Amino acid sequence: MKILKIMFKNSMRHKLRTSLTILGISVAVIAFIVMRSIVSAWDVGVEAAAADRVIVRNSVSFIFPIPYAYKDKLEKIDGVKRVTWANWFGGVYKEKENFFGRLAVDHNTFLDVYPEFLITPDEKKMFMDDIQSCIIGEATANQFNIKKGDIVTLQGDIYPGNWDFKVAAVYKPRDKITDATGMYFRWDYLNERLEKESPDRANDAGWYVLQVNDPKQIAAISQKVDNYFKNSAAATKTESERAFNQGFISSSSAILTAMNVVSFVIIGIIMLVLGNTMIMSARERTREYSVLKTLGFSGKHLTGLILGESLLISLIGGTVGLLLGEMVVTGLGQVVPKTIFPLLEVTTLNIILAMVAALLTGFIASIFPIHKAVNTKIVDGFRFVG
Amino acid sequence: MSTLIEVTNLQKSYWRNNIEIPVLNKLNLGVESGEFLALMGPSGSGKTTLLNLIAGIDRPTEGKITIDGSDIAKMSESNLAKWRSANIGFIFQFYNLIPVLTAYENVELPLLLTKLKKDERKKHVETALTIVGLGDRMHHSPKQLSGGQEQRVAIARAIVTDPLILVADEPTGDLDKNSATEILNLMEKLNKEYKKTIVMVTHDPHAAERAGRILHLEKGELVKETV
Repeated sequence: MKILKIMFKNSMRHKLRTSLTILGISVAVIAFIVMRSIVSAWDVGVEAAAADRVIVRNSVSFIFPIPYAYKDKLEKIDGVKRVTWANWFGGVYKEKENFFGRLAVDHNTFLDVYPEFLITPDEKKMFMDDIQSCIIGEATANQFNIKKGDIVTLQGDIYPGNWDFKVAAVYKPRDKITDATGMYFRWDYLNERLEKESPDRANDAGWYVLQVNDPKQIAAISQKVDNYFKNSAAATKTESERAFNQGFISSSSAILTAMNVVSFVIIGIIMLVLGNTMIMSARERTREYSVLKTLGFSGKHLTGLILGESLLISLIGGTVGLLLGEMVVTGLGQVVPKTIFPLLEVTTLNIILAMVAALLTGFIASIFPIHKAVNTKIVDGFRFVG
Repeated sequence: MSTLIEVTNLQKSYWRNNIEIPVLNKLNLGVESGEFLALMGPSGSGKTTLLNLIAGIDRPTEGKITIDGSDIAKMSESNLAKWRSANIGFIFQFYNLIPVLTAYENVELPLLLTKLKKDERKKHVETALTIVGLGDRMHHSPKQLSGGQEQRVAIARAIVTDPLILVADEPTGDLDKNSATEILNLMEKLNKEYKKTIVMVTHDPHAAERAGRILHLEKGELVKETV
């Protein structure tokens, strides 16, 4: 306790300098936490991927459709439990900036393949019975004040015209990482209208989703699917849902990598700042270290005192930064629409990373002052003029 | 009285830019237990170097320093540190108190290296501060004390572990006449009443007069002894 008291008193000798160093560490940790949280939020889609789902898409590009006729063939492939499909609808809800995912899905299979979207049996019945019905995630429903029974009108862009949907359910996400922003309506509603208005675009699926019996068989099933449609009008590219989602965020990978690198560079810079503080402190106390050595304090004792002081400063800075960082991230999570970052939060991993980075900063910053204090001869320390 | 400090053929040189600067030259010296010895001499005569070697805070180039039967020149750094904490009380010219600690905490510092419990440490610290006449200033910081009081705290810190030897490097060098007299009275008391062996370096003949024996050094050699 006494040694801790000395460490604390030492660290508070130059209150302004120590406060500025703590502030510097806090700001660095806030920046680190915010950037890492954004990177983590970007990865939520990948984390949310189910282990037993496989995505089959057109091998040329995701934007090209696959014939509806593939459905029966996919259902017959060994290891496939269920097949569902979807089309990206796009469109505009009131204003262009009101973005959330809108997809046409097969109402018979969708909720079985995606059990993470929770609705009541009555709501499901309504979805099954009414061809114009849709279900909407609670985050989007809350954002735009949409309620069950409301009519939502989308202005089509990929599929022109005005499209009216009746909200059968506001679905709840099963867990934090499930997307609560999507709007899903019935594919047969889209297809029937296309058959009338643009028959050449009807009877196509944007992509298929296969639910498999054994996730270990995903690679084999994917290969089987792609081989099967190799020489068809639309060759396929099949991959796990995780890999598919990862492909979506890979377009932003350069930004994410830059953010990751910058977050660690900030920690590196603050390491130099703390290192400088510790070197200055140790330099000023050269005589005192000689006094302590004269009294019988060993190199280990001095190491403990200097390391402890450095860790104390970095711990205070890290904790303050973490608390403020959490507040900033929570604030951002409330301000930024869920459609951009469905889950913006400080993860346990990022808390651990931030604290480890802060403590590592304290440790590394103390190495040079410790080396100097321990290796300076007592008599040289007394002659030192700081 | 028995010989407590025995210095044999002691040599000390410093190296600066590859040039050897001899400081002590084949010096021999014996100090009896309970003696109050003053070392005098002009600047650069080697008196502080000799004091540092006896206190175990510097290493000789050659020769032997035996204190209470232990050859301290042969001790490892860690053993020497332990030996110092148990056997040496050091009084500096500029007090060298830790500015962020109170008088009590400064005196308690050497005891933190012992196995004494908090209440035992408290008893020792209070005794030491009472001996030096600062029982009422225990919780004052060095900034709140005069130079003489700071030096008394430094003396309390030096005696708190009840060491074999007190070494003092110009203990009155930074003090006014009255404070210097108080410090010398205190050192005399420690020598006479508490039987402490004291080795003191000083430039001041009045301070040296308090010692039982005065050794004069010049160019690293003992040139005169006054009893």
